[in-house]
Amino acid sequence: MSTMLEVKNLGISFGGLRAVDGFNVNIEKGQLYGLIGPNGAGKTTVFNLLTGVYQPTMGTFSLDGENLTGKNTLEISHKGIARTFQNIRLFSKMTVLDNVKVGLHNKVKYSLASGMLRLPSYFKDEKFLNERAKELLDVFGLYGEREYLASNLPYGKQRKLEIARALATGPKLLLLDEPAAGMNPNETAELMDTIHFVRDEFDMTILLIEHDMKLVGGICEEITVLNFGQVLAQGKPADVLNDPKVVVAYLGE
Amino acid sequence: MKINEVVSLEFLAQMINGLSLGSIYALIALGYTMVYGICKMLNFAHGDVIMVGAYMLSVAMGMLGLPPVLAILLSMVVCACLGVTIERIAYKPLRNASPLAVLITAIGVSYFLQSSALLIFGSTQRKVESAINVSSVQLGELTIGGNALVTLLLTIVLMTGLTWFINHTMTGKAMLAVSEDKGAAQLMGVNVNRTIATTFLIGSALAAVAGVLFISSYGFVGPYTGAMPGIKAFVAAVLGGIGSVPGAMLGGILLGLIESLSKAYISTQLADAIVFGVLIVVLLVKPTGLLGKKRTEKV
Repeated sequence: MSTMLEVKNLGISFGGLRAVDGFNVNIEKGQLYGLIGPNGAGKTTVFNLLTGVYQPTMGTFSLDGENLTGKNTLEISHKGIARTFQNIRLFSKMTVLDNVKVGLHNKVKYSLASGMLRLPSYFKDEKFLNERAKELLDVFGLYGEREYLASNLPYGKQRKLEIARALATGPKLLLLDEPAAGMNPNETAELMDTIHFVRDEFDMTILLIEHDMKLVGGICEEITVLNFGQVLAQGKPADVLNDPKVVVAYLGE
Repeated sequence: MKINEVVSLEFLAQMINGLSLGSIYALIALGYTMVYGICKMLNFAHGDVIMVGAYMLSVAMGMLGLPPVLAILLSMVVCACLGVTIERIAYKPLRNASPLAVLITAIGVSYFLQSSALLIFGSTQRKVESAINVSSVQLGELTIGGNALVTLLLTIVLMTGLTWFINHTMTGKAMLAVSEDKGAAQLMGVNVNRTIATTFLIGSALAAVAGVLFISSYGFVGPYTGAMPGIKAFVAAVLGGIGSVPGAMLGGILLGLIESLSKAYISTQLADAIVFGVLIVVLLVKPTGLLGKKRTEKV
C-alpha cells in the first residue's frame, strides 16, 4: 500500500493562537480515516490547510508523493483534493444537476467561443457532462431530483449532493467535514453505507471529521484525535476511543 | 376602428422611444448587475466604458473609414479588453479589500478614463455619424425610426443570447456558482479569477454595443458622455434588483419608458427627477429591487 496523504508537522498560528500545532498523519491509499476531537480542537482548520484556504505557517503536506504545501485552493483542487463543508455550501440557487456539473467543470475544455457559437465540441462536451453527472447522481439516488433547486432538497440529500459534487471534481482524496451533522440515526446509518460504497466504488481515500462516535467507530479504519490543535492520540478506533487521555479530553476528569 | 382611436399615435411613438432608450439602459445595466453579482462590487467605471466604445466607433468610422459592422465589432473588442484590463489592474489586487476601497478605486478608474479621453480627444464634443443606416419602417400611421428598430432587435438578440449563455454553458454555470459562493466554487475547481475576467469581458462588450447605439441616436461624443447613461443604468440595475440579470433587463426597459413618457407628457426638465424619484419609491417599498432576492446570512 502506498501513502496517499502525508502530513508532516503541519501548523498555523492566528496571531498568538496556535490553532493547529505539529499535526502529523499518514493516510494510505484507499483508507477511511477519521479525525475527531472536541469543539475548537482545530479539525476544520486542518481541512482548510489541506485545501489551501489557509496557508500553513509551519510544516508540509503531500498528496500521492507530490508536495502541495503553499499551493492555492484552485491548484490543490486540480491536484485532487476535494471536500464537503460543515455548514452545507451547495450552490443553492442552482439545480441538483448543475451543482454536479460545476464540480465537473475541469473535465471539459470547451472555450467561451464554442459555447457561444454552439460548435459541435459544445454538444459533445455537454453530452459527456450529462452522462458523467448522471452516473454520480445515480450513486446517491438523486438523479430523479436532478431538476430541483439544491435548496429544495431535504437536508440529508443536500449532504449527499455535496459529496457527489466533490466527487465530480475527480479527487484522489475526499475530505468530509461532519457528514452526519444534523442527521437522525437512520440517515446516519444510510450515510455510513454510502461512504463505504464511495470508497469501494471509486477506490477513494477518505478523511472525515465526525462527532458521531458510532459512525467513526463503525467505518474508520484508523483515527487521529486532536485537542487544542495538537495530536492527542492516533491508532485503531477501538484503542483510541478507550484511551483515558481521549476520554478526559471529551468528558473532563 | 383605427389604432389612433384607441391609443394616440403619439403615445405609441413615445412608447417605442422609451423601449429603445430602455434597451440601451438595460444593456449597460447588465454589466453593472453581472459584476455586482459576481464580485459584490459597484463598477462605477462601467459608464465610461460606454464613452470609450463611442469614441472607438468615431475613430473606426471617421478616421479609419471602416464599415459600420466592423467598426462596432472593433469597438466591442477594444471595450472588452479595456474591461478585462481594468479588472486585472485596478480591482483584482483588491479582491479581499474592504468594499469601500474598491468603490473608491472604481470612481478613480472612472475619472482616469474621462481624463484620458479629455487628453486624447479634447474637451469639445465630436460629431459621430450614425453606425446604423436602416431606413424607418411604416406601420400603418406609425413610423418607427431605423435607430429604434435596430436598437430593439439587437437588444433582444443580445439578451436572449446572454440568458442562454449563462444557463447552458459551463462558463455561465461557473459564473452562477461564483456569484453564490466564491470560496466553494474555487474549492470545486472553478477558476474564479478567469470567471470574473469573463464577466468583465462580457459586460464591457455589451457596454460597447450600448455606447454605439446611444451615440447613433445622440450624434455627439465627449469625455463625459458615459456619465449620465452610466448612472441611469446603475439606477436601472438597482431598480430591477442588483445582481439579477432579468432584473437589469426589466429595470432598464422600465426606466427608459418612464423617462420617455415623462419627457413627453410631464416635463422635459423634470424627467430625470422623476426617474430618480421612482427609484426612491421602489426602494422604500422593496429595498431589494423588483426582482432582487432577499439575502439571508447564515451564521
